[in-house]
Amino acid sequence: MAHELIEIKDLHFSYGDRAILKGINMTMSRGKVIAIMGGSGSGKTTLLRLIGGAVRPSSGYVKVAGKVVHDLKRDELFQMRRKMSMLFQFGALFTDLSVFDNVAFQMREHTDLPESMIRDLVLMKLEAVGLRGAQDLMPAALSGGMARRVALARSIALDPLLIMYDEPFTGLDPISLTVIGNLIRRLTDALGMTSIVVTHDVQESLKIVDHVYFVADGVIAAYGTPDEVRGSVAPFVHQFVHGEEDGPVSFHYPANAYANDLKLEGRFA
Amino acid sequence: MPRRIVSGIQGVGHRVIDSIWRLGYASRFFLLTLLKSGTSLRRFGLVIRELYFTGVLSLIIIVVSGLFVGMVLGLQGYETLQRYGAESAVGTMVALSLLRELGPVVAALLFASRAGSAITAEIGLMKATEQLAAMEMMAVDPIARVVAPRFWAGVISMPLLAALFSAVGIFGGYLVAVVLIGVDEGSFWSQMQGAVDFHYDIVNGVIKTFVFGIAVTAIAVFEGYDASPTAEGVSGATTRTVVTSALAILGLDFVLTSFMFRGMG
Repeated sequence: MAHELIEIKDLHFSYGDRAILKGINMTMSRGKVIAIMGGSGSGKTTLLRLIGGAVRPSSGYVKVAGKVVHDLKRDELFQMRRKMSMLFQFGALFTDLSVFDNVAFQMREHTDLPESMIRDLVLMKLEAVGLRGAQDLMPAALSGGMARRVALARSIALDPLLIMYDEPFTGLDPISLTVIGNLIRRLTDALGMTSIVVTHDVQESLKIVDHVYFVADGVIAAYGTPDEVRGSVAPFVHQFVHGEEDGPVSFHYPANAYANDLKLEGRFA
Repeated sequence: MPRRIVSGIQGVGHRVIDSIWRLGYASRFFLLTLLKSGTSLRRFGLVIRELYFTGVLSLIIIVVSGLFVGMVLGLQGYETLQRYGAESAVGTMVALSLLRELGPVVAALLFASRAGSAITAEIGLMKATEQLAAMEMMAVDPIARVVAPRFWAGVISMPLLAALFSAVGIFGGYLVAVVLIGVDEGSFWSQMQGAVDFHYDIVNGVIKTFVFGIAVTAIAVFEGYDASPTAEGVSGATTRTVVTSALAILGLDFVLTSFMFRGMG
């Protein structure tokens, strides 16, 4: 089992009384791109935060590279995080630093590399996302798609074992979407790392991932390869993949009966 | 009715507990900032960068306000003192008011509204745009990397700004009293030199500015770090920084003054 980077066992998590995750089991191997899909508020981002050790589960565990993440001391957790990376939904670039300095940030914080080598490395990372020419711009001058690409370059700065992408495709134009999708695949293959993509974008992510997990109501509702998912007749998967309104997933937030809320009762009787 | 009374009392209790809890949280945060200041001291470039934003960019408001405050002091001082034929003491009056009280207090109030609010808004927005969370995920501690350099920059720049405020203020008093009104220049400066004591007046004034600098910047970084990550949260935190700082400055000033100046000079 040495090639398994992440092992999640019977993971429960709740915010106060509200249970978000109710027993998640997953394993993720090195060199794979794994998609986690599910409706809004199904706990996908929370799952990423648990893997990154930002929050503690109420029970169960997350093991990364053989170590239980939430049992680590702060120093050990920071050591572990040097091997992980997270791409935030809107990039989360440091607005007071230029594109170049953003990508160089971790190298300067965590290594003693000479500035000339940092420069070469940063330019290589920026070249990989096609933004070498934008190195002197400030984040405020970037479009949403460009910011996401810079953030991607920053997240691979120290060649991590694991990258987590929180909604990497949201709000991108079709060209950036394909480019980012292909980049995720290529980087994963070239660096032999593991990529976890949390996304709503079914069609785009099915093109690049190795496995898909569907999260619904705090549990894994379905699991499979992209081909299995496309051919699945399970009502939940079918609804999600084809974006249908009717199905096991309700579009409506739980509410009182509509007629009661409009106070229609008895009026037309 | 009794239920409403009970819930009212509960509400008061909750607010009191919340405030005390928050005070404890702020103190803990302050201690953490001090403990994690190693990075700022090792990489002093981080502090120097912030010194530019908190110190240098506050210069204009400090210098202009100092000049006007000094000019007003010169005018009012002359107006009052000449009734007793003591107009040559106007230099002493301007210098003592500025060094002991107005310099530290007004400079700190201006500093809180110019630099303190900017620090809060910047850290709050960094939190709202997940920059602090991203930093955590990169195994870089935001308190060491973002909060501590801003804190030390504020603590260093506050006394310097207040000193400048007093110096420019004394010059403003000179302009009005000597150049404009025609008080004797020799007695203006020599009386000032005779009356101002280095330890009693200047050192005590500098101690005040240090205390105000620590208070204002500690409040500013805490409010920014603690802001809810929304537009409303950041604006509320910025307001709280200015209001809390102003109250802290005036309250601390009374406490410090009562210890420092007891009419024994």
